[in-house]
Amino acid sequence: MATEYFLRMGDGQKIFMTKEDILADIESGCADAADLGDIPTLSEDEMDHMLDIITAPGRIVGVEPGLEVPVTHDIGAIRIDGDQGNSGVGIPASRLVGSMVHERAFGADTMELGHIDYSFKPVKPVISQECQTMESCQQNMVIPMLYGAMPNMGLYYTPDGPFENPGDLMKAFKISEAQDSIQHAGDHGIRDMVWIMQKLQKVGSDGVNFDTIGAAGDGDVYASLNAIEQLRKEFPNMYINAGMAGELVLGMHGDLEYDGTRLAGLWPHEQVLLAEKAGANTFGPVCNTNTSKTTAWNLGRSVTFTKAAVKASNIPCHADMGMGVGGIPMLETPPIDAVTRASKAIVEIAGVDGI
Amino acid sequence: MPISHIMASGMTGMRAAGDLVARMQFSKNMRLGEAKDFVAKKLGVSNADLSDEFVMREIREELDIGVITSVPGCAKGIAAKMNIEKLLGIDINCCDTFRNTIA
Repeated sequence: MATEYFLRMGDGQKIFMTKEDILADIESGCADAADLGDIPTLSEDEMDHMLDIITAPGRIVGVEPGLEVPVTHDIGAIRIDGDQGNSGVGIPASRLVGSMVHERAFGADTMELGHIDYSFKPVKPVISQECQTMESCQQNMVIPMLYGAMPNMGLYYTPDGPFENPGDLMKAFKISEAQDSIQHAGDHGIRDMVWIMQKLQKVGSDGVNFDTIGAAGDGDVYASLNAIEQLRKEFPNMYINAGMAGELVLGMHGDLEYDGTRLAGLWPHEQVLLAEKAGANTFGPVCNTNTSKTTAWNLGRSVTFTKAAVKASNIPCHADMGMGVGGIPMLETPPIDAVTRASKAIVEIAGVDGI
Repeated sequence: MPISHIMASGMTGMRAAGDLVARMQFSKNMRLGEAKDFVAKKLGVSNADLSDEFVMREIREELDIGVITSVPGCAKGIAAKMNIEKLLGIDINCCDTFRNTIA
């Protein structure tokens, strides 16, 4: 009987497969990314290396000493005091305490402050509170401390925001009205994101992490890139990370452009060029996990997309490796075996500058 | 999950020199190799030493750039970051803000 190795499905369930079947899944995941993105697939050696990582006997694996990378953080201290909706563990602690726990107890390389909703729009009414907390964090902490939030253009549409919901308009075949609504929401979002970060920079923030750019499609990307451009002009030394929501920019509008490039349909190796042009210091490529496929398939796909982005980029790439992205299972408590294997593969095969 | 990443691949922040390498990536757009080379040269260590807690513990205390444990008298917060500014030759926003406050 052939030896079987344990690995995971994209939803985290433990499964057993032979080496041959795992390699076939890696090849299939790589081929899917290469086909979609029109990018090179991984070499035979790289796929073999991934196979070795997945089938390593230990529960936990790690990169070769000397190959370590900085690990940046999203969601901030909400991970400590937040509720299930934010993957929080509900420990009553201030955000300063949570941030210092990340710095002093977890060994985080950078940290960020985030609002409990973790979107830019709801920060506006509580901006003074955010500034006060940022000041306290900066006074007490040593590692780089950014402000993190999601552009989340969805909050600008009815029933949550002032602009008519483009989904409802499209259902009524009002396409140009839907496009206008997306454009207006984007322009509103740019204004809000710039205003919020102007306030936070004045109290000493190291910079900003735009988290899940593109979650609401190309309008979200349009707003984020323009906000980055404006902030870079005003704050030349500000740290700016542009982290994406998915491997493909969805064309909710379809015609929006940044600097002459259509945003809809861009893949990570194309997205990074625009982030760089807008003025980001670091870029976070993303590949979403398919829960119906194995982690071998998902990791092959993720590393292929990420490697192409790293190669195309002139700025550091910090791959997004949270729950449900980067080959990591879509689960609030992703198994440590799967996380460490994805971590090692993205560093050693994709060659990322950070996570 | 973040702890899993830190243990598998991270530079472990102030336990070693991860915060310094990250600062060079953010402040000067340096890719990983360039940022590690730059920080290693400033500290007079090898690139591999940047993730070595044994090597970095003593260096961080000597340079007073913030240590992971609570050592009475060692620079903390903005004081440590002002020493990092001098070491790396960069401006850190909160240090500028602090200087403007006391000027």
